[in-house]
Amino acid sequence: MRVGVFICHCGSNIAGTIDVAKVAAEMRKVPGVAFATNYMYTCSEPGQDEIKEAIKREKLNRIVVAACSPRMHELTFRRTIEKAGLNRYFLEMANIREHISWIGLDKEANTNKAIESVKMAVAKAMNNKPLYSQSFKVNKRVLVIGGGVAGMQAALDCADGGLEVILVEKSPSVGGMMARLDKTFPTIDCSICILGPKMVDVAQHDKIKLYAYSEVDDIKGYVGNYQIKIKKKATYVDWVKCTGCGACMEKCPAKNSYDHFNFGVAPTRAINIPFPQAIPKKAKIDPNYCRQFVKGKCGVCAKICPTGAINYEMQDEIITEDVGAIIVASGYGLVDMDKFPEYGAGRYPDVITGIQYERLLNASGPTEGHILRPSDKTEPKTVVFVSCAGSRDKSCGIPYCSNFCCMYIAKQAILTKDHIPDSQSYVFYMDIRSPGKGYDEFTRRAQEDYGAKYVRGRVSRIYPKGKKMVVVGADTLLGTQVEVEADLVVLATAVTAAPGAPQLAEKLHISYDTFGFYVEGHPKLRPVETNTAGVYLAGCAQGPKDIPASVGQGSAAASKVQALFSKDMLESDPAVAKVNENTCVGCLKCIMTCPFGAVKEKELRGGRIVANVIETVCAGCGVCTATCPCGAIQLSHFTDNQLLAEVNTICQK
Amino acid sequence: MAEREYAYYSGCSLEGTAVEYDMSMKLVLEALDVNLKEPEDWSCCGSTPAHTVDHVLAAALAARNLSIIEKMGTDTVTVPCPSCLSAFKRAHLGMAGDASFKDQVNDLIDEPYNGGVISKSTLQIMYEDIGLEEVAKKVTHALPDLVVAPYYGCILTRPPEIAQFDDPENPVSMDKILEAVGVKVSSFVFKLECCGAAFGVPKRDMVNRLTAKVLSMALDSGANCIAVACPLCQQNLDLRQSQVNALMGTNYNIPILYFSQIVGLTYGLTPKELGIDKLIVSADDLIRSRITVEELAQNKAAAEAEEKARKAKQKEDKTKTEET
Repeated sequence: MRVGVFICHCGSNIAGTIDVAKVAAEMRKVPGVAFATNYMYTCSEPGQDEIKEAIKREKLNRIVVAACSPRMHELTFRRTIEKAGLNRYFLEMANIREHISWIGLDKEANTNKAIESVKMAVAKAMNNKPLYSQSFKVNKRVLVIGGGVAGMQAALDCADGGLEVILVEKSPSVGGMMARLDKTFPTIDCSICILGPKMVDVAQHDKIKLYAYSEVDDIKGYVGNYQIKIKKKATYVDWVKCTGCGACMEKCPAKNSYDHFNFGVAPTRAINIPFPQAIPKKAKIDPNYCRQFVKGKCGVCAKICPTGAINYEMQDEIITEDVGAIIVASGYGLVDMDKFPEYGAGRYPDVITGIQYERLLNASGPTEGHILRPSDKTEPKTVVFVSCAGSRDKSCGIPYCSNFCCMYIAKQAILTKDHIPDSQSYVFYMDIRSPGKGYDEFTRRAQEDYGAKYVRGRVSRIYPKGKKMVVVGADTLLGTQVEVEADLVVLATAVTAAPGAPQLAEKLHISYDTFGFYVEGHPKLRPVETNTAGVYLAGCAQGPKDIPASVGQGSAAASKVQALFSKDMLESDPAVAKVNENTCVGCLKCIMTCPFGAVKEKELRGGRIVANVIETVCAGCGVCTATCPCGAIQLSHFTDNQLLAEVNTICQK
Repeated sequence: MAEREYAYYSGCSLEGTAVEYDMSMKLVLEALDVNLKEPEDWSCCGSTPAHTVDHVLAAALAARNLSIIEKMGTDTVTVPCPSCLSAFKRAHLGMAGDASFKDQVNDLIDEPYNGGVISKSTLQIMYEDIGLEEVAKKVTHALPDLVVAPYYGCILTRPPEIAQFDDPENPVSMDKILEAVGVKVSSFVFKLECCGAAFGVPKRDMVNRLTAKVLSMALDSGANCIAVACPLCQQNLDLRQSQVNALMGTNYNIPILYFSQIVGLTYGLTPKELGIDKLIVSADDLIRSRITVEELAQNKAAAEAEEKARKAKQKEDKTKTEET
């Protein structure tokens, strides 16, 4: 066995707090190590060349690279040694950067720890076996979860590239949050006018299969071969027969139903089409408000429907679709107003959220685009905007910035002046965050051309006084308290992860952060990938972002899928579980513990039952190896012998 | 045999400017079968003057009392004054959460405090321990003319991690108690607004402006009196009302009652024993309307009968006109 050890300085990242030359010198004393050296940047081209040359010159057959996390460069070095003729699994990495040099300043202690860590890697490398990938077919269909602007962009780009797309949207129409907006910043172009055509394209594209009012119920499989169970929720209206005429909605007597599309700023009917441009334009019954469901009798819509589409007996339906990749564009949520008792916690009708105000501004909204305050349907003359309602507020558990509120407040202030020329807007802000193209000019325009008064300071409380809402806050530039008697108060409530985001992440086996936003593969270099092969991200599911950024991510995710699907066959990871049929006793406990359903029963010729791992399904998590009572199931590349060799090394003194 | 027993720490205000709070609170709790035990040799709670100088000293002053109560064998002390309550809770929570702080405090006092006492306001025991149902059962009288603005003051429910009672921004316990005894409560949004507290001494004008806002909002809410649970709030709103009028050119004349006085009135206790005569702004005119619940029921029945007769007559008149 001839092991070569390469210690990376990573500039000063590692060499700053670890004596790398000493680590290399110590390694030369280890039995089996034929060559050890240290180098400034092992991942650079000359660094990799040195590995290749050393393999040939020193006849090395196992390689240890002590550098950064294997997450960062394991693949890089595997390719390097493969080019020099070694099996890629003869590489072992010791993570002396994230695990050692970055976390301690004591150089001597770090160096000792690094020596032990590299010795462990050497011991493991000497036990490494050659492994070979299998190749398997790719199903070139893609699932897009979420029909907002990011998801639609991803779906259209994939479909235009010739891929079959399954688009699942949980609400009754595609369009997402963007469909609710009135105008968009910084151009003040009508949101639905630019989004509507895209929605129609989604509906009419022969490569896109849309499941509206549906949710992803279950995901099985792996990159290239997923089986998706989609739950089509009961709408109580047969969408094949429904023509979207809207007659049912006019006659429905349950007039006080909560309007999800309008965020409850006005009531709707129990049977409704969410908005005029809805895709698909079909009616749906809300059983929480429908008299037929609540009281057991009514049936008005069934009588009025000209096509007989109403079906009160409808049940949820499960549909299975097979795909090869998944784009997650499940969007965002907004923090509840009851988080703000100092602003009335939702008790005052004239304190509303930004998205509710958006609906009041919108021509297809409940007030047909006339700004009328909810309490008495009068036109407000003084409107106060409160930015950062929840955002950047640790006491709310939301330390992050919600990204687009500064911009939409400026837009809403401009639109308020357009709608009501004798109105005055006030904006309470912490900072104005407007870093996009044309954004800062836009917020200046709101102040300079439209006369919005910007007050730098937080609002401490809002209370009603007669017909007015008194907004009490600080002006930190003047150093005084201010009170504004407003007719309407708009809170820019913080962006949160979409409801149910963590549960969906668990189905997808992708990671999410403390706040429920999905974690990208690398914050800079892999912004739309996840750490799960075949699953990509787009839009606000990954973090708050505005429309251009969401659209950009939708397209980026689509191009990643195109690249994945450019090959007909994919290579499997051979670092998966393997059963030793000679020692397996057939207890099949591994079948019960496998979270991926990768272990199956197998009958040998003599009739003996053993476990059998389906290599392409196995994710290599190792749960089965811990379960097996007789050590018959072993995770390749992480076998008991390999791990024990490492343990022995650190236990020897 | 009393149903419940608590240690009762009245604090300095309730022996002086707020003696009527003490009188009325004790009578109301007695009516509710609560036995109160006064700790022997109690001393200052360590409120405002001490904690502006030294937190250990402030906690020690409070802990001395808590230690006495702990030795009485009572696990709960009920405190009418929010300032005393806050001092007790701060000391208790501070000592429970930090062993070195606890040692520093215990070093200053003769008998160590081991953290065995729960402090609750009298409002909290009425609302949570006794319960609205029991509170309502003792009512014998009604106050039909009263519309009360319930005023909680700043520290009864805040900061939430110390007070651990009711909603920190929109408390409802006093509202609910007053409603339970049949009193009309106005929808008052300045429940927690600052009364000016102890700044009445160094910055009287500022306090007068703050109190003026509270009084004006109470009137705007349709109330004709304010209920309080804090001696300092009562003093600023009641004693300073004439100063407010002089400074602001207003003409406020709003009685400021302790919530216990109002509850006591509905329990049939006399204004004299509840210390109503000790208020600066007289509440006499308002409470003169007090009647028994039986009278109230009779009046209500009579009013209903009258209304019925009126409607019947209207109907009759209508039919007559139709006939002609």
